[in-house]
Amino acid sequence: MLDASPAPLVKVRDLKMYFPIHTGVLRRHTGDVKAVDGVSFDIMAGETLGLVGESGCGKSTVGRALIRLYEPTAGEVEIAGDNILTLAPEALRKKRPQMQMVFQDPQASLNPRMTLAQIIGEPLIEHSGKTATDRLARIYELMDQVGLNRRFANRYPHEFSGGQRQRIGIARALALNPKFIVCDEPIAALDVSIQAQVVNLLEDLQDRLGLTYLFISHDLSMVRHIADRVAVMYLGRIAELSPRDALYAKPLHPYAEALLSAVPEPDPDREGSRQRIILKGDVPSPANPPKGCAFCTRCPKVMDICRTDRPALTEVEPGRQVACHLFPTTSAPAKSTSGGQYQLQQHGV
Amino acid sequence: MPDGGDAVLDVRGLKTVFRTRGGEVHAVNRVSFHLNRGELLGVVGESGSGKSVTMMSLIGLLPSPPAEVRAGEVWLGGRDILKISARDLREVRGAKVGFVFQDPMTSLNPVFQVGFQIMEPLIRHMGLSKDQARKRAVELLDLVGIPDASSRLDSYPHQFSGGMRQRVMIAIALACDPDVLIADEPTTALDVTIQAQILELVKELRQKLGMAIIWITHDLGVIAGIADRVMVMYGGQVVEHGPVKALFARPQHPYTRALLKTVPSLTGAREARLQVIEGQPPIMMEDPTSCPFAPRCAHAFLRCEEENPLRRAVDDKTLLKGHDVACHWEAVNG
Repeated sequence: MLDASPAPLVKVRDLKMYFPIHTGVLRRHTGDVKAVDGVSFDIMAGETLGLVGESGCGKSTVGRALIRLYEPTAGEVEIAGDNILTLAPEALRKKRPQMQMVFQDPQASLNPRMTLAQIIGEPLIEHSGKTATDRLARIYELMDQVGLNRRFANRYPHEFSGGQRQRIGIARALALNPKFIVCDEPIAALDVSIQAQVVNLLEDLQDRLGLTYLFISHDLSMVRHIADRVAVMYLGRIAELSPRDALYAKPLHPYAEALLSAVPEPDPDREGSRQRIILKGDVPSPANPPKGCAFCTRCPKVMDICRTDRPALTEVEPGRQVACHLFPTTSAPAKSTSGGQYQLQQHGV
Repeated sequence: MPDGGDAVLDVRGLKTVFRTRGGEVHAVNRVSFHLNRGELLGVVGESGSGKSVTMMSLIGLLPSPPAEVRAGEVWLGGRDILKISARDLREVRGAKVGFVFQDPMTSLNPVFQVGFQIMEPLIRHMGLSKDQARKRAVELLDLVGIPDASSRLDSYPHQFSGGMRQRVMIAIALACDPDVLIADEPTTALDVTIQAQILELVKELRQKLGMAIIWITHDLGVIAGIADRVMVMYGGQVVEHGPVKALFARPQHPYTRALLKTVPSLTGAREARLQVIEGQPPIMMEDPTSCPFAPRCAHAFLRCEEENPLRRAVDDKTLLKGHDVACHWEAVNG
């Protein structure tokens, strides 16, 4: 992380992504699935922000809406100075090289009829004026960077294992020298022994190329390893956004606490003695979220106010933002960037 | 049954191959293990290590062809169930052995009410009448913690969430009070908070019913929390086996040791860099004559290429009863 400039590379303000529900013969618009419902955060240049939560909490939708793979319902997203959500189509296309994505399923995100060289080279054809020879040189360079043997350039995706396919996906994302990469569950489909290989590669590339990551995952121990700060999402909203060490040492939001306590650890002694918080029931439907706090239906510390008033994400300790009525609102509003700067000094470098 | 004892299930030298167009795949090689009454045996391995195929071959759930159980004995209830007729085997499945599959979304039939699916084995195997079966089905749903059980019997699988569906699957597997419950990655498709609910349920059920369970998973954390004994599989073989505490405290096989280190920790010091196991898991295209882990092993030497290691005891217990490992290299434990 060479770039220590304190300005955030990515600024997200009150991002909302609603998917309409149409019912009846006339397909009338009768409601919305509020997949992302007012999410705000910053990502500093060179930083890795971990985004964790359970399936259906909206974490992948955030990642996609952020680089406008969806058209968000409301909000602002600024990446390296441009407001992504208002860019005209051609300007957005010109912006794409700066922001890339690595997808969860390397099987589904690579075209089975294209060779490895074609897959990695496609963004170069689309966005750079390189000649065929220059392109091939760049393709080889990228394959070296992600640890793929150059001899495999003319092979097809099915000839590779899951971990190698994910390397192809990473090489494709790197092709245009992006600043910001959304990693959407990049290791979820891989075997344990292969996960470490891919995570180490992502970290090496970040060190070498000064990349900024949004690392979306449900694997809390892997996020602890890779992220500088972590946002915990629940039902379309951020429950807690804290520096990594502070969060894992003492989660403040009751959901973050329950989530961390639910992760089994490979240590029989500790597993035997651990007090686990077992949440009752399931996550409510994002089409019909509870009034007040989204977590009030399962929260072990629920109070009356939680069922009526929605808690705002506020800074409760320097650098730590929590959306919970247990923590009285202090003067500092959540949206100031001062918290982010503090974290960069503390943890980001 | 060999050496009597407490074992409800005793598997000896199981070998399963798949005939494919590219040749024979030796998916399971000389796998031996036993399961004692009331015990939970964890089976760990990566995809393709043979852990699911082992369990499916021992109760004849693999389609043949392409699968062929080529050798071995599986002792259950005083009989070698590899040698019994298909008809008898059907009685064993469901009545003696319950199976919970990984994906609760696809292992329930979407067009039948869950009540019917729970009652079916009760009527078939236990000869209960419809009313009796319905009563028992309500008890079972209660047991697995589904609220308002009697009215939920008439719901269809899609009306349940993933965690609830897995509870229904467990209820079906428990329906005929089996001696052995085999759970194949039962929580892998679930979120961690829901996984925690299911793990808690299984602990409760074990106390109430004292059943013997085989729990297949790739998650070392889950194993550490619930298993009594662990069996680590790699390339279709058992590479290490032992009591859970001994195995986690003093792992012997280089694969087990590396596997434990590739998982980042949730507490304690944060590792600067994750340790990796280079290379890929093997596909066993021939009967192995060398150690299947040798190409990726940091400690491999000449003998590993020439001779597939047999399991040897690493404590003072008889082989297969205590902690054992299939490796030529001797681990030094500090």
